[in-house]
Amino acid sequence: MSFIEYSDLIQDGDVAIVHLGHNSVTAVKVQHGAQTQTRFGVIRHSTDLISQRYGSKVTCSKGGWVHVLHPTPELWTVALPHRTQILYTTDIAMVTMMLELKPGSVVCESGTGSGSLSHAILRTIAPTGHLHTVEFHQQRAEKVVEEFKEHRVDHLVTVRNQDVCKDGFGVTGVADAVFLDIPSPWEAVGHAKAAMKKHGGRLCSFSPCIEQVQRTCQALTERGFEEVRTLEVLLRVHNVRPVTLQLPDFGPDSGSPSSSSQAVEEAPPAAAANPASLKIKTTTLPREMPGHTGYLTFATKPRT
Amino acid sequence: MAHNEDDDYEYRIKEGDHIVLKRGDVYKAVQIQRKKKVIFEKQWILLDNVVGHLYGTTFEIASGGTLQPKEDKETGSSTDVKVAGTDNRNIVDDGKSQKLTRDDIETMKEQGLKNEEIIQQLIDNSSTFNNKTGYAQDKYIKKKKKKYENTVTVLKPTCRIIAMMYHGREPGKICHLRYDTLAQMLTLGNIHAGSKVLVFETCAGLVLGAIMERMGGYGSVIQMYPGGGPVRAGVECFGFPAHFHDMLHEFPICRVNALLASTLDTSAKDPTAEEKSLNAAAEQEQIQPEAEQQEGRMETNTGDDDGQDREKLEREKRQEAKAQERKVKLEEKRRKLAAAAALLEGRNADGLVIASQFHPCSVLLGLIKFLSPSRPFVVFSQFKETLIECYTKLKEQGGTVNLMLTDTWLRHYQVLPDRTHPLLLMSGGGGYLLSGTTVATDHSEPAAEEPAPKRQKVKDSEG
Repeated sequence: MSFIEYSDLIQDGDVAIVHLGHNSVTAVKVQHGAQTQTRFGVIRHSTDLISQRYGSKVTCSKGGWVHVLHPTPELWTVALPHRTQILYTTDIAMVTMMLELKPGSVVCESGTGSGSLSHAILRTIAPTGHLHTVEFHQQRAEKVVEEFKEHRVDHLVTVRNQDVCKDGFGVTGVADAVFLDIPSPWEAVGHAKAAMKKHGGRLCSFSPCIEQVQRTCQALTERGFEEVRTLEVLLRVHNVRPVTLQLPDFGPDSGSPSSSSQAVEEAPPAAAANPASLKIKTTTLPREMPGHTGYLTFATKPRT
Repeated sequence: MAHNEDDDYEYRIKEGDHIVLKRGDVYKAVQIQRKKKVIFEKQWILLDNVVGHLYGTTFEIASGGTLQPKEDKETGSSTDVKVAGTDNRNIVDDGKSQKLTRDDIETMKEQGLKNEEIIQQLIDNSSTFNNKTGYAQDKYIKKKKKKYENTVTVLKPTCRIIAMMYHGREPGKICHLRYDTLAQMLTLGNIHAGSKVLVFETCAGLVLGAIMERMGGYGSVIQMYPGGGPVRAGVECFGFPAHFHDMLHEFPICRVNALLASTLDTSAKDPTAEEKSLNAAAEQEQIQPEAEQQEGRMETNTGDDDGQDREKLEREKRQEAKAQERKVKLEEKRRKLAAAAALLEGRNADGLVIASQFHPCSVLLGLIKFLSPSRPFVVFSQFKETLIECYTKLKEQGGTVNLMLTDTWLRHYQVLPDRTHPLLLMSGGGGYLLSGTTVATDHSEPAAEEPAPKRQKVKDSEG
């Protein structure tokens, strides 16, 4: 297992994603002799996981079962232990494309936070790219280093424990792309520019508030960034389900023969259920959905 | 700013490069060829002069369509305005505020005046301009700039730019796949270097190109194609280095059933041999009348026999060479098919991406069989109903988890001091996605052993 390379069999030391049904997942560190409790019973790693194929069904002690999945940045995003607010897949997807990330890209990121975006970046820039990530919170920085090691991506990433607004990214003239998710991104725009290649690159800043966006855009323009664009992307999840709609009873119809033939056509569904109704397969939207995550501001640094 | 040549080499525009022209939010992908004229934004332009310049350079369109690099970027302060009104209570639309006529403007253009100068003339001759508010003046200048702008920027193609270009120019060709939806597909499909990805698309090759960019030449992509061959116009726009094409394989979708039913040997070689003989026969038929015609013509030509013989010999040689070429091509095609079949046969692909104008249901159910367990798949459709059907069928047959039917909203913002708001127009719809993860199908255990809450859900969706 690695977050950047698929393998077929579960091995000791892997991070496996246990799928409990209904889009509920949890991450498990696979270890000989270890056990994991789920609501379907216990999973014994030595027998139930190690040497099993990823994607297989594991029967737990209470007779229930779960699926064990290969880790991906997307599954990790929904399973990871939160130490901060994180970026979710919808925003991550947009950031990755609009920053033009691909294998070989050199990326600067701050703050690292819980590492949700970091894993997605690493997946995309492997095997030849590098991520320089800056987190000013010491405990979080240490924790994420540990995770990168566990996930076997530590060779692609450098974590620096410093304040990006004061000390920058710790590198200059190397980055193809910079991502900022900090409270005052406008204070880091200069450092971002310094970190980027002289030939230019792309920048993205994620901010929940429009005032932050305003100040960031101003700072970007002042520093000579071009193509400054702010956008927002929202995910809608459609629940597929059958819906039954009643048909009103118009009373006996003694009209023309054509209408009587119509009545015959409608007879089968009417006969199926006592009060006439129609079943359709459709989707419903959740009663409430996330209406805002953050504004994404993108810009291009021209050649300097 | 003193860089040596080598340092900049890879950032310079070269002849034969695939580039993207940009003006404002309008993009156009072209290939650089000597003395070739291209039309962009109602103007003919010659690209000869851009060769040797750096990517990202902005050019001014001079007379005859030749391009001159723009000297320095003026930051819009050239048209300095100091006087401004506070509101529009005294501005009346009488249609006479602009003193310059259309003819005046045309003459100015013909005289070769710079756009800044034309705009300044327009401002000077506008009686209401000084009464407008500062914001309205900004807006006026911006609008005029856009109209009289005749610069073009040359960019290196990337997935972002090409996806935005296709969505802006030819959404019909890519099934109205919006760029944010494409971004979701690449991420949900966990597209990355080193994997083996199956693609079925009729989006002009845009989706395929996007996937190839994300894989950076590592791993393999197998394009399943309908009809006679894969469409890859969009892939060309990316201008990938040659070695990227080594990772690209193709397999006709009409052979999928054969591949699923039989072994590699029979499925890969027999149909190809059959096709070979069929093609050969068809080609011979084509050659025959042509040859007869030529012979007929020659009979009338009662010139020297030597010449005739030579011609005949040459013709035969040509035909032989052509036949040889065809043979090589056919052999190449057969080899490619066998290679793709070999990749598919293990049924251990790492990802599946579908985006086509075909009904996705049969495509998905057919191709998902080639995936390893615990691998993601993404299906795009312009219409939600087709994906509802896919969802239902997958739930019935099992073998997948994490099924999600989604779409995304994309909203752009104008961010200016005291004038920040969402843009007035937004895209109505960028299509729908069905995504999920494959799992091992367990034949030994009947479905009845599923835990209670799940079984109920399946019942619901079946009922």
